Amino acid sequence: MKKFLAAFIAILAICAGLAYGSNQLTKSTGDTGNKVLNLYNWGDYIDPALLTKFQKETGYHVNVETFDSNEAMYTKIKQGGTSYDITVPSDYMVQKMKADHMLIPLDKSKLKGMNNYGSSFMNKSFDPGNKYSIPYFWGTLGIIYNDQSVKPGSLTHWNQLWSKKYRNDIMLIDSSRDILGFSLISMGHSVNTTNSTELVAAKNKLNRLSPNVKAVVADEIKMYMAEGEAPVAVDWSGEASEMMSQNSHLHYVVPTEGSNMWFDDLAIPKTAKHFKAIYAFLNFMNKPENAAQNAEYIGYSTPNMAAYKLLPKNVRDDKQFYPDQQVLDRLQVYSNLSPQKVQEYNDLYLEFKMHH
Amino acid sequence: MKKNFRGLFFTPYVLWLGMFVIAPVALIFYYSFFDIHHNFTLSNYQEFFTSGTYLTMTANSVLYAFLITLFAILISYPMALVISKLKHRNLWILLIILPTWINLLLKAYAFIGLLSHDGLVNELFQFFGLPVQHMLFTDASFILVAAYIQIPFMILPIFNSLTDISDSYIRASRDLGATKWQTLTKVIIPMTMPGIKSGIQIVFIPSLSLFMLSRLIGGNKVITLGTAVEEHFLTTMNWGMGSTIGVVLIISMVIVMLLTNTKRKRRRA
Repeated sequence: MKKFLAAFIAILAICAGLAYGSNQLTKSTGDTGNKVLNLYNWGDYIDPALLTKFQKETGYHVNVETFDSNEAMYTKIKQGGTSYDITVPSDYMVQKMKADHMLIPLDKSKLKGMNNYGSSFMNKSFDPGNKYSIPYFWGTLGIIYNDQSVKPGSLTHWNQLWSKKYRNDIMLIDSSRDILGFSLISMGHSVNTTNSTELVAAKNKLNRLSPNVKAVVADEIKMYMAEGEAPVAVDWSGEASEMMSQNSHLHYVVPTEGSNMWFDDLAIPKTAKHFKAIYAFLNFMNKPENAAQNAEYIGYSTPNMAAYKLLPKNVRDDKQFYPDQQVLDRLQVYSNLSPQKVQEYNDLYLEFKMHH
Repeated sequence: MKKNFRGLFFTPYVLWLGMFVIAPVALIFYYSFFDIHHNFTLSNYQEFFTSGTYLTMTANSVLYAFLITLFAILISYPMALVISKLKHRNLWILLIILPTWINLLLKAYAFIGLLSHDGLVNELFQFFGLPVQHMLFTDASFILVAAYIQIPFMILPIFNSLTDISDSYIRASRDLGATKWQTLTKVIIPMTMPGIKSGIQIVFIPSLSLFMLSRLIGGNKVITLGTAVEEHFLTTMNWGMGSTIGVVLIISMVIVMLLTNTKRKRRRA
């Protein structure tokens, strides 16, 4: 018992010592008292080198905390007790937080470089006039396929997923709006429909897809696809780019009849305190060279057209992640639904998942 | 004086019970009576017991939990029996318990590595000239992995009740002419019933809501009540409905406890 206690205390002491040492080290390279910015971001969603650069240029130290879903972020900010200065909600969540008075409007007079952003990515329905949000990254929902079992260029429509050819071959991302969404699009309906008849029809159509569905999974889908567990998947472009960097046989396609277009946006939650630092950071991220560096690190599509021009040619010409204008025109952005409709979407989605 | 002393020792227990057992359960009950607009209502219960979706899901969960528990017993009992007869039985039982020190998520990922398309098991199959099998995302793989995870919790109580049996009972049974099989079914198994029952109590209820495994290994083709609870709390933010399912799980736990707790006939020394 005594030995056990001694070992226990020794481990604690070593950990505490190391933690103290590492804190001292980071302090000596950075912390400058009050000059901080609290960034609440998705995990691994900014190039760390940019944070260092930002601190060198402006003297503000960035504390990053991460979340893994819009809803988790929303709940944490709503419950209070936090002091986040900038957060990164997706499109529909910007609308929801705005409606719940959880966002502070942007002071446009303090912002520089807003004209760097492409017109296709501004003034969207979730935030008309970009009063509250600046687009950070954007992307689409689409189909990923493995060219070892699917002929390149042969899969271009949502309806092809229902083909007998793909029996037990398809993996779906576990997200009610996206899965019901592509079923709705394949029937020519809006992804924001509140018409229960259309929703039930979309679910019934999905039920007919279930013999082809191998699994409905979350983040693991990247690992499964990179390892070749299934030849076809429905997922977001951002996830697709990560899979493709691990497996060169994978390709991404946005079906021609249209799809969802999503945004992650920089916004100021009502908990913000360090406004000088906030605008310094937003202007820093608006700069083309910084946005381009970030886009190269993350691998998602940047809405900053000045930054886009700085990207390597093979990235710029990649139609998978920077589709033509005519494809862009067919993309639909999610709008926030009432809690009842969110429940209805999720209940139908659960019924689809239970259908064998 | 003595009384005060006892009260002092009693305080932490009461505080613990209040803060971490009674309060959370009371909160779950409280939330289950509210809909998404924070109105007091019984509609959550009404919805649960009239919706085909939730009832099928409950039936599914019970069926899977039953199968997981059954397989866990079928594997654990012979194992515990053999180990209890070994010389260094405490060492062997420790080895069985060892995997519980590893995080559940890591074990799930290890199984993905084993069962996947290019995994170890399929490589073995190919080595023997067998065709590649799709094992992930099937009911069988889900039950296998879940049973594997629950086995240590089943073995321990059975093992303990086996080692509690005095050798004289076994000898008496053999002396009176019972065969080995009769000794097992008429003496050993009845005497280890309390162990089996506590094993069932520990394994059955968590198996009703294994949402992590049902997604990672079952590919969401296995939908349990846990999946629905996760969705209500994280996606739709319908805490009322999520709590209602929680209440149903708590009540089913009480039922299982009552069923497996038929008055213990204590052996008097």
